[in-house]
Amino acid sequence: MTDASAPHSMLFGRLTLESIPIHEPILIATFAVVALGGIAVVGALTYFKLWGYLWREWFTSVDHKKIGIMYMVLGLIMLLRGFADAVMMRIQQAMAFNGSEGYLTAHHYDQIFTAHGVIMIFFVAMPLVTGLMNYVVPLQIGARDVSFPFLNNFSFWMTTAGAVLVMMSLFIGEFARTGWLAYPPLSGIAYSPDPGVDYYIWALQVAGVGTTLSGINLVCTIIKMRCPGMTLMKMPVFTWTSLCTNILIVATFPVLTAVLALLTLDRYVGTNFFTNDFGGNPMMYVNLIWIWGHPEVYILILPAFGIFSEVTSTFSGKRLFGYTSMVYATVVITILSYLVWLHHFFTMGSGASVNSFFGITTMIISIPTGAKIFNWLFTMYRGRIRFEAPMMWTVAFMLTFVIGGMTGVLLAVPPADFVLHNSLFLIAHFHNVIIGGVLYGLFAGMIYWFPKAFGFRLHPLLGKFSFWFWVVGFWFAFMPLYILGLMGVTRRMRVFDDPSLQIWFVIAGFGAFLILLGIVCFLLQIAYSIWKRDELRDVTGDPWNGRTLEWATSSPPPDYNFAFTPVVHDNDAWTDMKKRGYVRPLDGFKPIHMPRNTATGIVLAGFSMAMGFALIWHIWWLAAASFAAILVTAITHTFNYHRDFHIPAEEVVQAEDERTRLLAGSRA
Amino acid sequence: MASSISTAQNAEAPVFYLRDEHPHPEGHSTPLGFWIYLMSDCLIFAILFAIYGVVGGNYAAGPGPKDLFDLPLVALNTAMLLFSSITYGFAMLTMAKGRVAATQAWLAVTALFGLAFLSIELYEFRHLIHEGATPQRSAFLSAFFTLVGTHGLHVTFGTIWLFTLMAQVAKHGLIEANRRRLMCLSMFWHFLDVIWIGVFTFVYLMGMLR
Repeated sequence: MTDASAPHSMLFGRLTLESIPIHEPILIATFAVVALGGIAVVGALTYFKLWGYLWREWFTSVDHKKIGIMYMVLGLIMLLRGFADAVMMRIQQAMAFNGSEGYLTAHHYDQIFTAHGVIMIFFVAMPLVTGLMNYVVPLQIGARDVSFPFLNNFSFWMTTAGAVLVMMSLFIGEFARTGWLAYPPLSGIAYSPDPGVDYYIWALQVAGVGTTLSGINLVCTIIKMRCPGMTLMKMPVFTWTSLCTNILIVATFPVLTAVLALLTLDRYVGTNFFTNDFGGNPMMYVNLIWIWGHPEVYILILPAFGIFSEVTSTFSGKRLFGYTSMVYATVVITILSYLVWLHHFFTMGSGASVNSFFGITTMIISIPTGAKIFNWLFTMYRGRIRFEAPMMWTVAFMLTFVIGGMTGVLLAVPPADFVLHNSLFLIAHFHNVIIGGVLYGLFAGMIYWFPKAFGFRLHPLLGKFSFWFWVVGFWFAFMPLYILGLMGVTRRMRVFDDPSLQIWFVIAGFGAFLILLGIVCFLLQIAYSIWKRDELRDVTGDPWNGRTLEWATSSPPPDYNFAFTPVVHDNDAWTDMKKRGYVRPLDGFKPIHMPRNTATGIVLAGFSMAMGFALIWHIWWLAAASFAAILVTAITHTFNYHRDFHIPAEEVVQAEDERTRLLAGSRA
Repeated sequence: MASSISTAQNAEAPVFYLRDEHPHPEGHSTPLGFWIYLMSDCLIFAILFAIYGVVGGNYAAGPGPKDLFDLPLVALNTAMLLFSSITYGFAMLTMAKGRVAATQAWLAVTALFGLAFLSIELYEFRHLIHEGATPQRSAFLSAFFTLVGTHGLHVTFGTIWLFTLMAQVAKHGLIEANRRRLMCLSMFWHFLDVIWIGVFTFVYLMGMLR
């Protein structure tokens, strides 16, 4: 049902030279910057002969630690893109008053708000959360890797392939102009005939495969790979929240896959699932996508809750208050997250009973969440609190998130929601919980575990600058949106008629500028810390006086994580070990059984990306060829039965001796 | 393991690490991981069933189930799939006895039944499309073709997988890794059977009653 008049060639499908947006000066400038940066990076890698190293040690690695770090790098790069979109929107909305059209055309602006949402959720928050879980969970449970190391590598590259597809849409063709969930009928072929929605669909489908597999992998890892003694109720809270998050991933991402597949059929084959005619029902899409979408926000926030639990207890020097209630609260949130989806569209008109049910379940979620907040407060109570950067982020989270939670309860009241639906009040609310919850948590987590991953701390002062710019910037950027929303301003507007509103958008723009400074300080902090790494070095492996197993090994941990599998007797296993006179073993090392690196993951993801691109542009021969290539590669991979090797005992001895030497040096 | 730890806890110097390794045997997580995968796949089917439930009656003035479905043909098709599950079960029984040739033979029979199922399904689809009952005709037909077609795609991939495993058994025999793989495919195959029973009941039988 595609537009028959559109040019279509056998070789390039509907891809023509006109698809390259040379008439958009903003995109051309962006492209120039990206191209120059890309050439510089490629040149540097070639000059320093790093390609082989990257390929062998990183791209083909099945080590959960390296994959975790690669996820973080992906998330941070995409954060810059997503944030650039945010700044562009803020400038447009601050300008477009008194007859001014601003500087963005509607065509461009609509792509920007869609890309901002898609990128921030799928390619910033998800990779950062998955990256931290990947890095930390196996260490916390005393394992040497995840259950399926190859799948882990494959998942990462599928996520990256999705991100690359989104980035491609910037310079080849265009992105969706539908908002981040691409509601039909707007996203249907009748109203969006161009490839923007197809970019959206295929980027999310390719990345979604990665996310689902990574979810299965981490659930198995946590259930099957815990070290002796670590019963479920002795798992660190971050591991618990990761378990619940990954269960949610497995239980919801297939819904996204299915609903996007149906939208794909509507667009490519001409079926009538979500069309207005022939019996289709667009509200079915809205229901289904939120059955995925609401648990998705809990997928993001639960690991953040886990991070805050670890950080609060470590920096208060106390066992976490109410461990059991924390676990149960997490599980209750996991279950309830599945029962609230309809609150995203009370205005659908499903009637008072249905709306009441979903309003009440939504409000009930605030109870376990409130229990968590009190647990953290009581953990701090009478603790010896150290206000290091992770702890500062945690306190800022508690203050910010509670406000966001309360506006959430306001929105959960259906009559109030009828007024506030799709207003800037809603935008302020979910940024309040996602920035104030997920992002603050990720910053706390990144700073907290950075020394574990790299062996040196991040510079504290720059971290504090970054913190204050972010926190103050957040309040400036989003409080005006609450006010505007209460005054009835709806989301996704490009121009405004009422000049009295402008001042609030200017204030919000100023807030975005402060956040920009916060991001710059964070990047500077990383760069400066790498430069001054010798001064910031930690050789103990336990720079914060940590409480869980990941701090028991060296920083960065050896490939095999633990020379001997730890045995756990207490929730705070490492604290228990320190308290009861654990002596690090110095001899008796044996060869260690480890998985072998493989290039299959990156190759499969590359073919998947090619297939996605081909389908977006209707290049059918390429789609068929890449699909065949995926099948052949996958089948060939199954014929390889030699997927493991042993790290020789001598290498283990060498690594452990080195640690002994460093530890002795640190005590002297 | 649990008892040794509790004694260690009572002893003066607690045990904090294992001197002797008990490495996780290869593939120890695979059955669990595969179960979780199957459940996620089940969710995809759940969505397709739900969609069929919602729009399955929207014929858009086009043909409905009574005009289209040929129950004897579907019954034959169902029989093919159920027989394939039985023969796969025989393959697993012979595998347990370590009889390579018999296992391969049963797997081949399973593949034949699978292919028969697919052929009949394709014949049915071709017939429907020929009658003008295309997936584009109405939401009911969109949902029908997608649900049944997704199941068919699964059987197709299962068959490709089956041939792959037969090649691997031919090459390496019934080694531990291959037994595990055959077990996974077995779960997959029976899972598709269960889904089909849902399709047969919910789409075909209840469709005739609508």
